[in-house]
Amino acid sequence: MTDIDQLNSEMEPLLAAQQVGFVVRGKTILSDVSLQVMAKEIITLIGPNGAGKTSLIRILLGLSKASSGQVERKHDLRIGYVPQRIYVPDVMPLRVYDFMNVSSSYSLEQCEQTLDEVDCGYLMYSPMQNISGGEMQRVLLARALLKVPQLLVLDEPASGMDIIGQQALYETIRCVRDKHDCGILMVSHDLHLVMAQTDRVICLNTHVCCTGHPDDVSEHPEYIKLFGDALDGLALYSHVHDHEHDIHGDVITSEHSSGCNHKKEVH
Amino acid sequence: MDDFIVYALAAGVAVALVVGPLGSVVVWRRMAYFGDTLAHAALLGVALAIAAEQLPMTGVGLMGVFIAAVLFWLEKQRDLSTDTLLGILSHSALALGLIVLSVIQAQGFNINLMSYLFGDLLAVDRSDLLLMYGSVAFILLVFSQILSPLISISVNEELARVDGIAVEKIRFVFMILLALVIAVALKVVGILLITALLIIPAATARLYSKSPKQMVLVSILIAVMAVVIGLYASLNWDFPAGPAIVVAASLLFFVSRICVRKC
Repeated sequence: MTDIDQLNSEMEPLLAAQQVGFVVRGKTILSDVSLQVMAKEIITLIGPNGAGKTSLIRILLGLSKASSGQVERKHDLRIGYVPQRIYVPDVMPLRVYDFMNVSSSYSLEQCEQTLDEVDCGYLMYSPMQNISGGEMQRVLLARALLKVPQLLVLDEPASGMDIIGQQALYETIRCVRDKHDCGILMVSHDLHLVMAQTDRVICLNTHVCCTGHPDDVSEHPEYIKLFGDALDGLALYSHVHDHEHDIHGDVITSEHSSGCNHKKEVH
Repeated sequence: MDDFIVYALAAGVAVALVVGPLGSVVVWRRMAYFGDTLAHAALLGVALAIAAEQLPMTGVGLMGVFIAAVLFWLEKQRDLSTDTLLGILSHSALALGLIVLSVIQAQGFNINLMSYLFGDLLAVDRSDLLLMYGSVAFILLVFSQILSPLISISVNEELARVDGIAVEKIRFVFMILLALVIAVALKVVGILLITALLIIPAATARLYSKSPKQMVLVSILIAVMAVVIGLYASLNWDFPAGPAIVVAASLLFFVSRICVRKC
């Protein structure tokens, strides 16, 4: 491959949707959605519930067929898909190791290495039914990485996790991306945590409301219209503490607690 | 040992070789009702084959493929759930089978309904065996080719699809294999008890397995044990062979449940 060929292939989008529409039983889920995912780009897709985020992802992955418009994938594109959650039937004996090898077979070392990358090396021989929600997300991520994907698609990877778990997971995703240099298309509804590492945000509500760099999007009127109220409700309540809580939330008295002034405590 | 005992044992083992692996997938994919439907439709297949003066096994195989195709087509319409569709197919086929059977009986064909309902293992002859082992070899060959994608789609169809597995094709091939298994098992346990042989050894094997492939192998072993024990009981105490095999399989199931839980 010459340098120019290589440059060209890097300029070519991994994935491009053109004026995609999706109608289910007369209800418009998506209309006129166009987007491009370039190599090594991190894109976050946000939008309220029912905005069509998951439908769009499914169409891009080829799991659903668009009612109108087109989706073009780069030739032989390797996609690693991390769904929101999967349920392995209890009746199926399946260890994490088996799960990772289910579609193609990889060596023991490859599996071990990849699981270590997502801090789950210790899970290798655990039954899939026994692992927690957070571990499941990491195992799904590891499995997607085994393919050496050019594009990683994650559908609300942190749903159902507490804030610390989410942060840790996003941190892992960031490390993984830096190492593998793949593009990422991620669906999210937790705006703050995700956006820091994102190159481009696409705000979806049936159609593409706005798109751009996170800083620009967060000031975009369409974005504020969609999420403004939620933002108010979620803003961290900063106040002056004159007491402490124990882990049950009950007020306890403590000699050095009076007047303690926390502001925007973020862990 | 008498010839018929050897033949019966060989036929039983042939069935055990295929019900174990296919049964494991049936259990993973919750296809028990589908197995039942194929078995009920088998009676119609037998009746039509006899009317056309063909081997009953051929009729059962073809009918199974036909039912699989109809189900496949109906499932695409998505407004009725699979168990409803199976309920419709299963009982329509059974009722139609009983009508065709009575019509051809009235025309003078001599058919022993009981032997199709409950199997007639001790009447297996050399040519039956050849046909059975030929089919078993074919089923196992194809099955070994599609086992990995089958495991993949049993875990999660969407992940499998993204990984490039032709989910529909694999599902359809599996349905056809299942139809063939029922054709093979017809003479051994009969229409009414085939599903039991698919499910019970696989369900028993679940307890002893850590991985899907292990479950496939263990379920073959358990099915063979059930055949040997059932046949032994049948010869010693004059039990009907098919039901004896199924009861042996159930005993193995309950005994392992009780023992493994205690350990």
